[in-house]
Amino acid sequence: MTTRYTRDHEWIRLEGDTAVVGISQYAQEQLGDIVYVELPAVGKKLDKGAEAAVVESVKAASEVYAPVAGEVVEINQALADEPATVNQSPEGAGWFVKLKVANRADLDALMDADAYGKFLETI
Amino acid sequence: MLADAAAPLKETPLTRHHRALGARMVAFAGYSMPLQYAAGIVAEHQWTRAHAGLFDVSHMGPSFLVLVDRPGDDEADHAEVAAIVEALTPSDIRGLTPGRMRYTVLLNDDGGILDDLLVARPADPASSGALYIVVNAATKDSDFALIGEAAAGRAHLRRSDESALLALQGPKAADVVAAVVPAAVDLGFMSYGSFEFASTRLVISRSGYTGEDGFELLVPHDRADALWRRLLDDERVRPAGLGARDTLRLEAGLPLYGHDLDATVSPVEAGLAFTVSRRRRETADFPGAHRILAELSGEPARVRVGLLVDGAPAREGTVIMDDGGAPIGTVTSGGFSPTLGRPVAMGYVPPRLSATGTMLKVSVRDRVQPATVTALPFVPHRYFRKQVS
Repeated sequence: MTTRYTRDHEWIRLEGDTAVVGISQYAQEQLGDIVYVELPAVGKKLDKGAEAAVVESVKAASEVYAPVAGEVVEINQALADEPATVNQSPEGAGWFVKLKVANRADLDALMDADAYGKFLETI
Repeated sequence: MLADAAAPLKETPLTRHHRALGARMVAFAGYSMPLQYAAGIVAEHQWTRAHAGLFDVSHMGPSFLVLVDRPGDDEADHAEVAAIVEALTPSDIRGLTPGRMRYTVLLNDDGGILDDLLVARPADPASSGALYIVVNAATKDSDFALIGEAAAGRAHLRRSDESALLALQGPKAADVVAAVVPAAVDLGFMSYGSFEFASTRLVISRSGYTGEDGFELLVPHDRADALWRRLLDDERVRPAGLGARDTLRLEAGLPLYGHDLDATVSPVEAGLAFTVSRRRRETADFPGAHRILAELSGEPARVRVGLLVDGAPAREGTVIMDDGGAPIGTVTSGGFSPTLGRPVAMGYVPPRLSATGTMLKVSVRDRVQPATVTALPFVPHRYFRKQVS
């Protein structure tokens, strides 16, 4: 399934009925050592662009935004004990939340990997 | 304390080395400085605690205050130059023995801290009537103006702006220095001297900002390359940036000017009462003596404490609350301790809530988290202590 990216460096990927959300390889490199991840409550309804999580590196706290609107159906509890998983596997085991997406077509408006790669070259 | 956006950032003699090592450069106190290298802040922090980290701290303000007229009597010359610095600080500068270095603070008339600094007396009597002074980067222009004013023509302040200042910190620092400048390993903690390296003179002190044994080396700009490379050639040494410097000093409970210290904070509030010497308490002839002596015999309004924070890191500016949720203070430095694997913070609270073990709270993103007062430092200091034989 296609992974889509936002200009704020989140990724989102449909897996069956839900979409998995995390931060990109570029984002984890920029943040550096991640020491704390704050996740939303299951059941929370998020608008597109709403704060979905907070990720803290040694230096600072950064918000993670919902790439599309949806309801949180699962959170990655393992990050509470092992936040560094986000550094090691940002687009795999270091996922943040799973969303029941309100409108699947919303994902089509986001960048695919090629477009995101080109976007990274501009920053 | 960041640079005026319009002003170009200053570079140190080692900037190109940082870039070549893949450093992420940031603006700090008007300089372009390495925040971290490729290894990252935590790896650099841990390497420094286990081996030796090499820091470029050339943005700081090393300088020499030298009497214009030096009659040549070692003690008399020292007393005269010491009196200039004593007019600005609560410390016993006159009592420094040759080669010794002291941590002190510049005070305003209200007893507030204008900067914290190191002051040292040369070991060599031929250099009598001089002091080696190292101040913070962000405050160096105002500090030097203040010292110059206090000198009132009796002494000149020679700034070492063109030199590089390197800090080599960690349990292996002495072994590394032994191979590069062998005589420098005879320095005791908080002492300094002048040593030969590559046909030039280095000013080396046994001091630092990490809680570890270590050295700070002042090198002329045309030998900075050679010294940097020579130290990094040792496999026990890896470069470390300002990010690791900050986490190391936080664990060591050492205050950072502009954050934990400012012009409203007194040395008593800051837990730096040791800078107020016994003689100066009696003479009461330092700026803000009235307030500082009253705080020493009574109680300051607030004191700096360490906090073990549960949950998310409590950063600078976080509100500290008592057990009932009433605001009582503010975090002045906070983050994640790589050594303890948990968030820690420093901040100011009323003395009645400052005892070790007091249960307080912090509010992070409107979420209340426990914070327990703990003794500083968070991680024990491992400064070099000379064996007494």
